[in-house]
This record gives sequence, structure tokens and C-alpha cells, in this order.
Amino acid sequence: MPNEPADDARTQLLRTDKLTKTYAMGSTTVVALDAVDFAAHAGEFIVILGPSGSGKSTFLNLVGGLDMATSGQAWFRDQQITGLGDAALTRYRRNSVGFVFQFYNLVPSLTARENVKLVTEIAKTPMRAEEALDMVGLADRMDHFPAQLSGGEQQRVAIARAIAKRPDLLLCDEPTGALDSKTGIVVLEALTKVNAEMGTTTLVITHNAAIRTIAHRVVSFADGRIASIERNADRQAAASVRW
Amino acid sequence: MSALHIKLFREMRRLWAQVLAIALVMAAGVATLLIGVGTYQSLDQTRNAYYQANRFADVFATVTRAPRSVLQDIADIDGVLAVDGRISKIALADIEGVEEPASVLLVSLAEDSVQGLNRLYLRSGRLPEPSGATEAVVSEIFAEANGFRAGSQLKVVMNGAQRQLTLVGVALSPDYVYAVAPGEIMPNEGRFGVVWVPESVLAGAYDLSGAFNAVSVRLLPGASEREVIARLDRLLAPFGGQGAYGRAQQTSHAYLDSELMQLQSMSRVLPPVFLLVAAFLVNMTLTRLIALEREQIGLLKAIGYSAWSIGWHYVEFVLLIAVLGIAIGLALGTWAGGALTELYARFYSFPVLVFSREPSLYLIAGGTTMAAAVLGALRAVRAAARLPPAVAMSPPAPPAYRNLLAGRFGLVIELRKTWVMVSRHLLHWPWRTAGGVIGLALSVAVLVGSLWSVGGVDYMIDYTFNRTERQDATINFLGTRPASAAQAVERLPGVLAAEPFRALGVEIGSGHVTRRIAIIGRPAAASLTRLLDTNLTRVDIPESGLLLTRSLADILRVGPGDIVNIRPLEGTRQSRPVHVSALVEGYLGLGAYMELGALQDLVAEGDQISGVNVSVDTLMQDALFARLKQTPSLGQISMQTVALQQFRATMAQNLYVMIGVLVSLAGIIAFGVVYNFSRISLSEQGREMASLRVLGFTRAEVSTLLLAEIAVLTLLAQPLGWALGFLVAFGMVEGFSSEIFTMPFVIGPEVFAYSSLVVMTAALVSGLIVRRRIDRLDMIAVLKTRE
Repeated sequence: MPNEPADDARTQLLRTDKLTKTYAMGSTTVVALDAVDFAAHAGEFIVILGPSGSGKSTFLNLVGGLDMATSGQAWFRDQQITGLGDAALTRYRRNSVGFVFQFYNLVPSLTARENVKLVTEIAKTPMRAEEALDMVGLADRMDHFPAQLSGGEQQRVAIARAIAKRPDLLLCDEPTGALDSKTGIVVLEALTKVNAEMGTTTLVITHNAAIRTIAHRVVSFADGRIASIERNADRQAAASVRW
Repeated sequence: MSALHIKLFREMRRLWAQVLAIALVMAAGVATLLIGVGTYQSLDQTRNAYYQANRFADVFATVTRAPRSVLQDIADIDGVLAVDGRISKIALADIEGVEEPASVLLVSLAEDSVQGLNRLYLRSGRLPEPSGATEAVVSEIFAEANGFRAGSQLKVVMNGAQRQLTLVGVALSPDYVYAVAPGEIMPNEGRFGVVWVPESVLAGAYDLSGAFNAVSVRLLPGASEREVIARLDRLLAPFGGQGAYGRAQQTSHAYLDSELMQLQSMSRVLPPVFLLVAAFLVNMTLTRLIALEREQIGLLKAIGYSAWSIGWHYVEFVLLIAVLGIAIGLALGTWAGGALTELYARFYSFPVLVFSREPSLYLIAGGTTMAAAVLGALRAVRAAARLPPAVAMSPPAPPAYRNLLAGRFGLVIELRKTWVMVSRHLLHWPWRTAGGVIGLALSVAVLVGSLWSVGGVDYMIDYTFNRTERQDATINFLGTRPASAAQAVERLPGVLAAEPFRALGVEIGSGHVTRRIAIIGRPAAASLTRLLDTNLTRVDIPESGLLLTRSLADILRVGPGDIVNIRPLEGTRQSRPVHVSALVEGYLGLGAYMELGALQDLVAEGDQISGVNVSVDTLMQDALFARLKQTPSLGQISMQTVALQQFRATMAQNLYVMIGVLVSLAGIIAFGVVYNFSRISLSEQGREMASLRVLGFTRAEVSTLLLAEIAVLTLLAQPLGWALGFLVAFGMVEGFSSEIFTMPFVIGPEVFAYSSLVVMTAALVSGLIVRRRIDRLDMIAVLKTRE
């Protein structure tokens, strides 16, 4: 298994050790994630590729604190997140993780600004909502309701909402899955910009292989395992992506 | 079974809790309809059948003494079908083992009682032998309370002489379905009863051979009661006629009437409230269900189902809920109606009183509930039927919110965003929010409208027994006696103070309105009893002029300064104008008061008094009772404590049972409204709530979204509910007020507080039940799926 050697433990933000998740499906057991060892470093932009059922979403759910591992361990910095209870996991998500969903999941009754404030109100050291929206290029759409925004704009609001609390880790599950290529690229630009300017470690799940070019590293999942990890020697700007 | 029907049943099973909550509200409507109307029908039909079978009279009159030949003259009056003359006398009775003297109404039994009116219904035993001078038949409730059976002995003082009667039978009579002692308000089961004895016995004892002192008349269909009464009065005047009256003023009949009126007012208010709420819940739930099944509807249409069959599919869903609600309601209503009827059977003596299971009533209850359900569903179903398939199959546009708060109210306060979500969500569905508020307000209103009566009755008890009629006991003479009798009473053992009174039967009138009442004459200086106005300020008895209770003044449409006509039913019988000096409050019966001397002057009879109010040293009470039993000529004693007990017992049986039922029903409304409202709110916002959990919101924070909506709804409902409840209570005062008693309209803050507490508790409980679902929100699913 071509695993990246753990070069410097101090820059490791996220680390997993034989992380495993199995589901009981009637009488058979399905192994969704099979003893995955992985590490992400602070400031990295990682694209996770893989077909449906390859385990990439399960991986994201476990490291995002949304699900409990069957065995193995996961650490966020010095904190072991496997084995945490619901309250501690909630705290972990609240303080350290930002999520971007495939279908944006904005609150329809709140404006763009208010959707961001929803999160900054409960965060420890948030940036101003306006600042976050400005970063994703939506300074002039702040008082619009989700129904008044395009899909790409909604997803950028979702990114602003995710980064406004200055999370260490940004987890994006198919962020461009519901968008056409043109608006998808704008969203990817927003993500790389945040990564560059704030140093937020970003994990982007996708089955769109075209996105691989914008990552520092590309992790490919297959059958619940990491099939390959490649480092991008020639990292491209998001604007150059085409699909 | 068709595929759509399978879908229907699966849907029902999935939404079972919501379906049940709606069905329970419907059931409450069906049950109240059944209880109210069913019990009304039971009482009304039983009464009519009983009256018919036992020939209950239409017009009644009492005289001092009239020869039986007059009966023929009465029979000759136009419109008179039958006439029945009897001897009827109140007498003291001594029941073994009961210290307090009792009183009985002795009624003569003609030898040929088959001909007469107000015929007896013999429950057990037999009628007295005409020759059996010591045999008697006794009324059922009195017999049961004292454990009388065939062969029991009863000592009765007839015209001063004690006689031992042997009870040979237990009977009922249509003129004493509800038997209260003269001058009392509530039945005194063990201490007052009717005793029927052969006519010859009473005629002998009271020197009324060949004469009668009570007459009953049955009218021909269509005859004018008023004219017969006028003729009867003229005919009976020379014999001491005390004014004839119709059924409306016959005590037993009037009590039943007031009971029927109360049932009717209940069945007019409650069922519509429940059906209205049920229709709203159906509308709310179905609208949401159809929104969720939008794509399925599109698919069904695309594969060829007609708009009609899809509409009917949802109507069937609602009808199934209604059927469930009706089934529960019918069972509950039949049971509760039966229980209530049984309760009535303890107060009212009917040969048989069973809960009416009139099929038509069941059909009406079922039909109206179905109709309410379908009406509630109509809008949602129409929307489903009209949805074009192409539109239906594409996902709905995200709900378009507007900044209502800032736009409309210029709100500058920075609310927490969760509260912004709550307020925008509520404002986004204004009709549903309004419906929820109104539903909860109705539940508060039902509570306020029923709970207030507890305080009302307490107030009435306090007013009557502690503030106005403060004597320990009242001794009523049999007939009148000179004022010196009061001094004789004062010398009895245990009597601490005695104040005389005169009760004069009169016909009081103003314009066309007349009533037969007793004017009570009291010394101006009386202190055991006193009169108060509505504000509880003491009203002194004026030297001349009349004090009227407010209820009587309302009936006569007179006020202070007006003149009323008073025609005494004894003595001079001269009609005299008397001016009304002031009004007093009085909740039990119609009352009028005068200064003792002024009243005595009215009939020019000297210093005659009817009885004495006394205050009694409780330690000496037994001695007093013993003395009264020995000296029956002194009259009949009624203890205030016993009267109060009876009053409370009667009230507890009727009112408190009813209130218990209403509190549960109001709880069902509150629970049903909040449960459905929050389930729908959760269904609409579940995805957002799960997203918030992913974003790091705690369960408690996410639950706030739901609980805050419920709280806002519940809080908004309170003032509205209080106002509606105030109106309901006011309506009930009007609906329950009869000439027998009126309810004081007093609502303390505690009534509103209790009502709110009950509704808030029900809301909280259903909110917490729904809240448990928030704990089970699927955070992983929201990452992947769209609504």
C-alpha cells in the first residue's frame, strides 16, 4: 500500500490508524472502510477520488465526527476522535470542522448573511459574516435569501458559512456535484482561495477526476481502502479545470 | 386491494401518531355531541313518555279547602280534558335512627286511582288497601336513602297527632321526578320524601272529608293554558285558591327543564369547537403530506391516473382518519353518555332512564365529523388534483422567504439567528400558524369556560351560606303563628338567638309578566340573615317598599323606583302596587324581601310569622332535635350545614364530573394541535436541523428551533384563549341561568392561570415527544440527499 510516510508529526492535523467501518446488512457484514491509515498536514488541499461505494464518504463521515468507527483510531491533532461521545463530537464539529454539502443545505428562511451568522454566533473566534462572504465573492448578494440565489451562489454561501468560524479542517462532500462546470469552477476557486489565504486544511470528496489537478495530493479510494496517493507536482489553478 | 389502497394503509401506519392525534380530537367532537344530545334526548324522551303514560297534568293549583263538587265545574272549563283533586299536606316525620327531624309531603290516593292524573308508578310492593288506615307508599329516593322496604314503619305527625304508617310499597310519580322540600333548593334525599296514603286517612286527619286542597288539570291538545288558568283562578278564588300555574312553574318539571337547557347549551358549543379544530388539523397534515408526495403524484399522473382518482385517494385517507375518530368517539360517547344518564337517574326518579341510542344521532355525529374532515381536506386535495404532472415531478422550488420582520416592523434588534428562523418559519405559513394559535386558544377557552364554574359555585356557596343566610338553622312552622312563637323558640335548648320571618306566597307582576314567589318579611334589625348587593355591600331592609333579587327584577324588567303589583295568594288576596326600593343579589331561586311589619300590613293579618331563623349551640344540637321531635307543632327544622352538604354533593356530582371531562377534552385538543404542528414543522425543517447538527449545533440548540415555535404558538394563544374563554363563561352563565338558580359571574385570575397551565403542559408534553425525533436526525443522509 503506497502510504505517505509520516514526515513530521507536528504538522499532522488529521491522522487515522486502521480506521474501519462495517455495517450489518441483514445476515452479511459490509466493510465500508477497511483499516485505512492516512494523514493530512496543516494547510493541505486534498482531493479524494473514488467510485460510489469506495468508502470515501464513510471516511469523511468518520473524520468529520458524524459517525462512529467500528475499529481503528482517528486523531485530530492530539485528540483522539474515535470513541468520543455525542457531546464531544458535537464540540469537535463546532470548533474545528467546516462542512460543505453537495446540496448546500442553507436555511431557506435566512439570508446569505444570516446563514453565515447562524454559525458565527456559536463559534469561538469567528470572522465577520461579511468578511466571509466577501472572500467567496458574494459581498453584493449578502441580503438575498437562498431562493433568490443561483446554485453556485448558494454553494459559495455554504463555503462562507463553513469557513467563517475559521475551522482547521474543511470537509467538502461533492461540492460541485449539483453544479454545471462553469459555476462549479467558481466554487472551486472559492475553496482554493480559502485554502491559500487561511491555510485551512481542505478535503474535497468527488468522483469528478477533473478536479484532481487543483490538489496538493490526490487520494484514490477503492473497495474501502486507499488505492493510491499521488502528489501533484504541477498544481493547476481552479480556473483551468474543465469537465 | 388496489396499489393505491396499499399505499393508503402504509401511509396510515407510518403516520399513525399524527393520525391518532387527529382522530382523538374528532372523537372528542363525536363524544361531546353524543353525550350532550344523547343525554338530552334520553331525558327528554323518557320524560315525555313517562308524562304521557302516567298522565302528568298541565296545570296545577292549591286551595285551602274546596268541596269535591267544584271538580265538576273545573272539568266543564273549555279546554280541560281531565281533572284530579287531592289532599296534599306537608308533615313532619320521625325516622328511626335519624336525629334530625324529616318532613314528608302527604298526598292522597283516590280509591279509584286509575282515573286520576299524575299516576303512581309502583316500583315494588303494592298500593295501600283503601281500608288500610295505616298503610302508605313512599317515594323511591327517600326510601333508598333511609333503607325503607315493605313493612318499614314511619312516624308522621298529621295535624298535630302522631301516626305510625306501615310502608307497603315504593313508587314514583311524574309530578315528583325531582323532589325538593318546599322552600329548599336542592333535594334532601334522606330528609324529604313523598308519602302517598289513602284519601280517607288524610281527609280524616285534616278534616277535609269530601274536599280537596290540590288540583291538577290536564288540557285538551291545543287548549290555551293561559285561559284555563284564568278560569281556574276565578273558580277557586272563593276556596282560598293560591293561583294556578302551568308546568313551567311546577317545581319538578322546572328543574328538569333547566337541566335540559344546560345540556343543550353544552351540545351547541363543544362539538363545533372540536370539529373545527379537527378540520384544521386535517388541512395542515394533508397539505404537508401532499407536499411530500409531490413527485409521487406527478408519477401517478404520468402513468395515467386521473386527477379525480388521486384526489379521491387523499379523501380516502382523511375518511379513514374520520372513521377511526368516529369509532373512538362513539364508543367514548356511548360510555360517558351512559354514565351521565346513570348519574341523572340518581337525582331524577324515572321508572327507567337509559341512555338513548337513537341511530339517527349516531348517523348525525358520524356524518358531521366526516363532513368536517372532508371540508378540512378540500383545499389540499384540490391542490393535489390540479398539480400538472410535469411540474409535480420536478422538485419544488425552494420556499421563497421574505424579510417580513424587518420589512414590516422595521425591526432593528439583532435577534439570534435561530430565533429569526423560528419567526420567519411561522410567518411563512401565516394561516397554519393562525390555525395553531386558534386551536390552542380554543383549548384554553374550553378550560376557562368550564373551570370558572368551580369558583362560581364556591362564590355562590360563600355568598349564600357565609355572607347572607348566616343562621345555623331555620324552623318553618306548619302554617303561620303569632309573633310570640319566636320567643317560644328562643327558649328551646341550644337556641342562642332567634329571628322571626314571614314567608308570604304572592303573585308578583309587572306588565304581562307574572311570577309566583314567596316574599320574605324580616325585621329591619335582623342580623342572622342579611341582604347584599352585587358588590357585597349590605342592603338594609327599608321600612316600606320591596327589595327584589336581580334575577327577578330582570324577569319583571323593573328596577329601583318602579312599581310592581303584588297579589297575596292567601289572606286578603287584594292586588296592591308596591314600589321597588333596591335590588339585591341572590343566586338561588327568585326572591323578594320586605320589612316584616310592612309585609304583615300587606295582608292585614296582624303579627303572624312563618318561622324563625336560629343560631344554635352545636353542643346542644341533639337536645334541640329531641325537643323538636317531641313538639312537632313547632314545625320543621332545616340545618344550614345539611343544606350546604346537599348543595355540594349535587354540584360535585354534576358540575365536577362535567369539568373533569372538559379538562381532558381540552388537553386532547392542545395535545393534538401541538403534536401535529410540531411533526409538520419537523418534517419541513428536519433537513435544516440535521445540517445544523453537522455544523456543530448541539441537540439542545437544534431542539430550540422546534420548542420555540411551540412556545410562541402557545404564548400567542393564551390571551386569545382567555378572551374567548371569558365569552364562553359568560355564555354559560346565560345558558345555565334558570329561574331556579343563576350562577354568579366571577372569574378569578387563578382560572386563567390553571387553564394556561393545563394547555402549556399538554403542549410541552407533545413538544417533548416530537423533540425525541430530533435526537434521531440522520446527519449523514443530509450530506447526500436533497429533499
